[in-house]
Amino acid sequence: MTAIPQKRPPAPIRTEALEALLTDRGLVTAEAIDGLINRFVNDVGPMNGAKVVAKAWTDPEYKARLMADGTAAVGELGFAGPQGEHIVVVENDEKAHNVVVCTLCSCYPWPLLGLPPNWYKDPAYRSRIVREPRAVLAEMGLELDQDVAITVWDSSAENRYFILPQRPDGTDGLGEDELAALVTREAMVGVAKVHAPA
Amino acid sequence: MTAGLNQSSIVEALPTNGPASPPRSNGELLFEAPWEGRAFGLMVSLLDQGIFTVGDFQAELISAIAEWESLERPTDEYRYYECWLVALERLVVAKTEVSDTEIAHLSSEFLTRPAGHDHAHEH
Repeated sequence: MTAIPQKRPPAPIRTEALEALLTDRGLVTAEAIDGLINRFVNDVGPMNGAKVVAKAWTDPEYKARLMADGTAAVGELGFAGPQGEHIVVVENDEKAHNVVVCTLCSCYPWPLLGLPPNWYKDPAYRSRIVREPRAVLAEMGLELDQDVAITVWDSSAENRYFILPQRPDGTDGLGEDELAALVTREAMVGVAKVHAPA
Repeated sequence: MTAGLNQSSIVEALPTNGPASPPRSNGELLFEAPWEGRAFGLMVSLLDQGIFTVGDFQAELISAIAEWESLERPTDEYRYYECWLVALERLVVAKTEVSDTEIAHLSSEFLTRPAGHDHAHEH
């Protein structure tokens, strides 16, 4: 494999050339690409993951299935697709905090959380969260007590980790939809907690 | 914690609606430039057709990122989709009849287009 040459046409030009050549070969169409971009930008987002979390909080049997086989349980709700294979769910609670990274690239459960945010792809997050998770989480606004054990999960094509955050106190009266609205993407990666409505 | 270098200025320069507007999610830009979205869509499109697998792409992306990180050029902003494109180019060359040379030739041709050219196809 050759190294990345230092001097070559800029990425926008190369992308356009690649699309034109693949279009000529009948391998892609502009419409299909437009449709995919549209789907991932508008239809797939962290709300899918939030629905999974809200259902697990309110339905113990669903939660048991989710913990046992993440991919099958999220598939029950209709969330499947590329990068949705091999989903492994880990649960956060009072004493154990889990956080997800992909140290090698950016493996991420697309059908649940949409596309990864920029900080998830950043080399600094990818290396530092492993070495000093408590400090990095604090910088990101999540201060954890010293007695909370932190586990960092390294996602890959074999295992895509998804965090089931702790259900916040004071949310007993809320329904599934109201609960889902509280769940953020950051909480499902493990860099934040879910908070009860103010 | 990431430095979105000039991201806001790029965003401000783009229209906020219509086909040229950048995709956003929860107010966050998913792609920092339109070509990144095209490169993303090309990859998923080829994946959908079984030209390569997620595992194939993952392996190429990991190599491309590792190569980028091994280069001594601390002043460069990390460009995730540059690595994505390198991985995609390599897989296209390996798995389709499109060759390296063709990509290079057509890119050079596009580079020398006069300013204000018309795109050959709709974006």
